[in-house]
Amino acid sequence: MATSRPIIEVSHLTKVYKTDVVETVALDNVAFTIKKGEFVAIMGPSGSGKSTLMHILGALDRPTKGTYVLDGENVGNLTDDELADIRNRKIGFVFQAFNLLPRTTTLKNVMLPMMYAGISKNEREVTAKKFLTMVGLGDRMHHTSNQISGGQQQRVAIARALVLHPALLLADEPTGNIATAQAEEIMAIFQKLNDEGHTIVMITHEPDIAEHAKRIIHVRDGKIVEDGNGHRQKKIKN
Amino acid sequence: MDYQELFWEAISTLTVNKLRTGLAILGIVIGIGSVIALVSLGQATQASVQSQIQSLGANLLTVQPSATRTGGVQGAFGGGTTLTLDDANAIATSPLITNVQNVSPELSRRAQVTTGKTNTNTQIIGGTAVYTDVHKVTLAGGSFITQGNVDSLSKVAVVGPQVVTDLFGEGTTPIGSTVRISGQTFTIIGITTSKGGSGFQNQDDIVYVPLSTAQKVLFGVDYLSSIALEAKSSDVMTDAQNEVGYLLLGRHKFNDPTQADFSIFSQQDILNTASSVTGTFTSLLSGIAAISLIVGGIGIMNIMLVTVTERTREIGLRKALGAKKKTITLQFLAESIMLTFTGGAIGILLGVLASYIISLAAGSAFVISPSAILLAFAVSAATGILFGWYPARLAADMQPIEALRYE
Repeated sequence: MATSRPIIEVSHLTKVYKTDVVETVALDNVAFTIKKGEFVAIMGPSGSGKSTLMHILGALDRPTKGTYVLDGENVGNLTDDELADIRNRKIGFVFQAFNLLPRTTTLKNVMLPMMYAGISKNEREVTAKKFLTMVGLGDRMHHTSNQISGGQQQRVAIARALVLHPALLLADEPTGNIATAQAEEIMAIFQKLNDEGHTIVMITHEPDIAEHAKRIIHVRDGKIVEDGNGHRQKKIKN
Repeated sequence: MDYQELFWEAISTLTVNKLRTGLAILGIVIGIGSVIALVSLGQATQASVQSQIQSLGANLLTVQPSATRTGGVQGAFGGGTTLTLDDANAIATSPLITNVQNVSPELSRRAQVTTGKTNTNTQIIGGTAVYTDVHKVTLAGGSFITQGNVDSLSKVAVVGPQVVTDLFGEGTTPIGSTVRISGQTFTIIGITTSKGGSGFQNQDDIVYVPLSTAQKVLFGVDYLSSIALEAKSSDVMTDAQNEVGYLLLGRHKFNDPTQADFSIFSQQDILNTASSVTGTFTSLLSGIAAISLIVGGIGIMNIMLVTVTERTREIGLRKALGAKKKTITLQFLAESIMLTFTGGAIGILLGVLASYIISLAAGSAFVISPSAILLAFAVSAATGILFGWYPARLAADMQPIEALRYE
């Protein structure tokens, strides 16, 4: 896809966790840009800072230093409620553990973000049905989340992430809790969404899952150590 | 997210765990139920005491001898012998007394009454023809004591319905029959209608005889146990009380009213005392019930705190998807208010039912006070807000990443 306007622009991004005794630098002066239509995998071992990066990119946490511009809006130091609003309008989350509401129908789960966006109930239902059908669960709308398989639950989560047309689809180990065969289905959906123009950032530690992305960013010790195309990655100076 | 939606969300969440919801509201049900039942019970008691006192006579003043003082020793209350028929006549005829309408001199003693086969120990009241006016006594049959009976020391008696039941059996009309009181034979000339009294002074368990007969024939005394006065209206009760007080102080040669050998009670004094007693009783009961309501509220808070902890991941998710602090606060507040409101509604129903059963069992009036119900509703809603606030704020203040990570 041709390069276009940036969705994510981070510069000098630093996150320091302080306890009484020690300071831990989780992210150290990180900078990169992700443009519209990119499919980026962020890889790294545990403790590398990739989760911290994901939290900041997801507007779930604030950086200690540096700037983060998401889809033209500076997400630097907003209040909790302003961050909630950004998450609602601009980011679609797909979590490792699916995070659907238990004992609640898939339809209601998909309707949830639209409720916080203040969309009328009728419109919510129509939109939710459309997206559930799109992920192939048109016949599971009235099943509760514990009545369907892990792969199906993750597809519900994807439908939920998409209903408000987010600028960024942010997936955190999306295949970590599901069987291999179903994992391939999930990745196929991500690839199809990317082909349609969705910008996707995916956190993973599995190389073969990361291979689905067009660009892979490797993080280690809070720094970006590699940033390159899927197969032809180039080493960047560190 | 509008309020109607909040309401349905709360209901669907609460119906997921019915047992816990049920147990949580039980405290409120018991609290509100007991407040309603006990307040109603208190008010019923108050109403029945008031109506009993009022049935003793309207605008009624009673003069009674004070406790006798003999060389510094205070005798039993009402045991004095200082009131006489002359006192009563003086009150009736004095030009200084302008606010008293009727004067009823009375002598009251307990005595054994017998028909030969049956007998009962009852109150004997010696009175005059004016007694019926002053004490609002009406007759179910026959006639009351006349001035003629009093003048001629007639051995006639008017009996209360309880006495009829005790001596002749229920439903009989023994006018013309004779009874023996302290060995003297009396002819029954009338039966009073029931006043339905009970407790300390049963107004249906009385035998009325002419005052003169009681003094001279039955008990051999020349004093009175009390003088009942009917004031001209309820507005002049205090004036009448003062007039009679001055007259009697003069007649009994006392300068200092605190040393007087008599006292004057008004119906209102007794009513006020009784009201304040039953009022205290009602507040005491409500206070105890209110404690159970607080305990119920703490139960709600406990359940809500458990709920918040248990649903940490859900809260994290909702925040990740864009729920603001206010929305989360309202969601949890809505749940606790739903709990207390449902509990309050069930409590009111049970409370009303309980007061109905109490009124049936005690034979008292079924009183439901709308203010108690209104208060109960307000209190249950307030309990929900008060005890739901802290858990709701706790949920709203969670950081989404912490909440999402929570296992």
